[in-house]
Amino acid sequence: MRKGKLLVAPAISWLIFFFGVPMLIVIAVSFASRTPYGQVIFNFTLANYQRFLEPLYIRIFVDTVFTALLTTVITFCLGYPLAYCISKLPHKWQQPGLILVMIPFWINFLIRSYAWVVILRSQGLINTLLLKLGWIVQPLPLLYNDYAVMLGMVYALLPFMVLPIYVSIEQLDHRLLEAASDLGAKPFTAFRKVTFPLTLPGVAAGSILVFISSLGMFVVPDVMGGAKSALIGNLIQNQFLSARDWPFGSALSIVLAVLALVLIVLYYKAIQKQEGGANNEEKLA
Amino acid sequence: MKKNWRSSALFAYSLAILAFLYLPLLILTLYSFNDSRINAVWTGFTFKWYVALLHNQRVLEALTNSLMIAAVSTFVSTILGTMAALALNRYTYKYKAVINGLLYLPILIPEIVMGLSLLVLFSQTSVPLGKVTLILAHITFCLSFVIITVNARLEGMHKDLEQAASDLYATPWQTFRYITFPLALPGIVAGALIAFTLSIDDFVISFFVAGPNSTTLPLYVYAMVKRGISPEINALSTVLMFATISLIIIAQVLQPQHTSSKKEKE
Amino acid sequence: MKEMVRLQGITKKFGNNLIIPHIDLTIADGEFITLLGPSGCGKTTLLRMIAGLEEPTSGQIFLDNEDVTTFAPYKRDVNMVFQNYALFPHMNVEENIRFGLLMKKVPKEKQNERIDQVLYLTQLEDFRTRRPQQLSGGQQQRVAIARALVNNPKVLLLDEPLGALDYQLRKNLQLELKNLQRGLGLTFVYVTHDQEEALTMSDRIVVMNAGRIEQDSTPDNIYHNPSSKFVAQFIGESNFFDLDKENVLAIRPEKLNICEEEEENFLHPLPEYYGTVVDVVFYGTIDKVFVRLDNSNQTVVAYQYFDDVKRWSPDERVGIWWYPQDAVSVKP
Repeated sequence: MRKGKLLVAPAISWLIFFFGVPMLIVIAVSFASRTPYGQVIFNFTLANYQRFLEPLYIRIFVDTVFTALLTTVITFCLGYPLAYCISKLPHKWQQPGLILVMIPFWINFLIRSYAWVVILRSQGLINTLLLKLGWIVQPLPLLYNDYAVMLGMVYALLPFMVLPIYVSIEQLDHRLLEAASDLGAKPFTAFRKVTFPLTLPGVAAGSILVFISSLGMFVVPDVMGGAKSALIGNLIQNQFLSARDWPFGSALSIVLAVLALVLIVLYYKAIQKQEGGANNEEKLA
Repeated sequence: MKKNWRSSALFAYSLAILAFLYLPLLILTLYSFNDSRINAVWTGFTFKWYVALLHNQRVLEALTNSLMIAAVSTFVSTILGTMAALALNRYTYKYKAVINGLLYLPILIPEIVMGLSLLVLFSQTSVPLGKVTLILAHITFCLSFVIITVNARLEGMHKDLEQAASDLYATPWQTFRYITFPLALPGIVAGALIAFTLSIDDFVISFFVAGPNSTTLPLYVYAMVKRGISPEINALSTVLMFATISLIIIAQVLQPQHTSSKKEKE
Repeated sequence: MKEMVRLQGITKKFGNNLIIPHIDLTIADGEFITLLGPSGCGKTTLLRMIAGLEEPTSGQIFLDNEDVTTFAPYKRDVNMVFQNYALFPHMNVEENIRFGLLMKKVPKEKQNERIDQVLYLTQLEDFRTRRPQQLSGGQQQRVAIARALVNNPKVLLLDEPLGALDYQLRKNLQLELKNLQRGLGLTFVYVTHDQEEALTMSDRIVVMNAGRIEQDSTPDNIYHNPSSKFVAQFIGESNFFDLDKENVLAIRPEKLNICEEEEENFLHPLPEYYGTVVDVVFYGTIDKVFVRLDNSNQTVVAYQYFDDVKRWSPDERVGIWWYPQDAVSVKP
């Protein structure tokens, strides 16, 4: 047992020091205030959180949550069929298929967003094409609005949704579907009543991943939404880099982190409840 | 696969989504060879933007930084992560759930929070921002990914094997050297590759902890994008993309194949 | 006879669960002893304690008169054949077998000599360079056995080694193992839940239940003189008749006889019970005749051989009788 602790100690210590401690400091800073020059003064105040409650910032928060929700829904609609399709591929094509979907996931958000900029901007691909074809006279403002941001988010986060759903579908016991079919269920009914409910854990996992990632996203809104874009991610980035209001930025981050944690905990509780039920069945057997 | 209109429609739909995923990347790649300075119009095939990159001192510097930081981060996070994965996998101890949680938390918390928390840490401890802080930050977020990857490989390993080795007179070190390590190696290498890729690719966290003289490639791309479109960005992005893709394909090939091994056991 | 293994005062607790309350067991040199019992009775745990893969909560383990209780597995001169074979997938057959010899730093020539010997013994010569994944279940099993035997251990431990194989293969390997053990004169400690297997192969059977030893004796004795209802039920089939609170009468189906209800010629003991035949099931060498007794819900089983005087059919009225010496009184 001692050996186990020894092995895991370096990693744990590292994370405590470079992840845990910074988070604690951020919490502390969120209750601090600052000098006009941006220095942090550690006197306890709730001003930052109170400021968060102002209508302007609440609005941004709500916008962010709404965007995240919408992104989650859209990625679900696009991602589920894709995951399902991959799982139905012949065996040897499944891993390549999966790799194909996951490759964009590894390319960073910046480059992927930039690719859309190339396509959507005034001198970009679409506009140039449409102008050449004579379908429009002036370039369309495809970029630097909320729709562009949404597009960018969905594009960035789609693989996050696909993988958990795929894993969930793949772990499905296909004999259940055979049983359903044997009992007279048409393909779509079997899907609706057997496949889909049983893959909900995968959907939940993917949704959590997408939602939390959307909440904290700032690259996509920054690159594709421009100056107009105001999601929490941009706001936080702003506080730390331009506005130099670290206490306020910290408060916002803590709100974000807490929200993410709450969701994760809820998710784990839900998963445990499901697994707890299954475990009890095993014990009886 | 049953050939009916339903699965054909599904297949077509999926191809469309896949196209949606790849088209922008392909277009970007295409345009990196475009002779025109104003992107959209195609005026000819050329390598000149790539050549320009090679002569761009700032790019070369950023490249060197990225590679160096990635190398060091990969090295440290792979070692620490492998040790942690070994511990998690073979030993049970009291606070296992808590430790598990702590190890996976960095992946779940939004990157921006981790980035700025490190910035706050470094500023409050008066550590100047630069290559060192970048390395420290990169190790931090790579750790969890290495642990997951190596752990996955270890999970696929039968528990009996190490016991069999012990029964056959192998001391713990010999068991590790002859059995555990060789079998875990593909997972460790995959973990290292993933760590390397994440480090090279990282933007958000680097954004917060980089100093004035320590740019990485993604940061450089960002600066260029903000300043205005230059076709060099296309070339640079394409280079980064293909580096990432290659690394990931290699890592995936080394990963245990979840689907087939599960079927084997059945 | 020389004592090879002695387990003294062994208890085992997993967390708050007392798996093994108290076990004393002695195994002689050259014995083929089987630990037999249902899943969860502690037999595998006991085996693993001899191997050193589990530590007893209290008690001592002696191997060839040496106290090895605190010794790690790699310090004990015993080897185990694992249930799932546990063959090293990244090594071929020869390397797998060589492993123990390598760890003990046996000289190279000796290694090769012993490997050749054991490959011959287990008929694996043609498979030297194959990887485990390329072998069938039976072949993998033999490699596992070879890998253990090559080290000349004092005791060979076998953890349900034949469980994953089909019937015919299992039967063949049982014979092979028995011959191997006899030929080499090694001590085998065998764990199984298959009572047929135990009866066939063992010099001695230790029947276990819930961490206790129910009976420890020769196969013959266990079969014909079970000490408790559990043993009588676990080994072979039995019919039970409650005599009183303390005693139960157990009779094997092959000793239970059926006669017609209206029989007049009583050359045998009088029937104790009467009943109706409810089912006759064909089992190859025997028919199993199920009789529902009058005045009770009990159904008994009797074996009838195909060349017996009469072959019974359902709905016939019959009497059940047996010779007194064929019935055994057991603890409930």
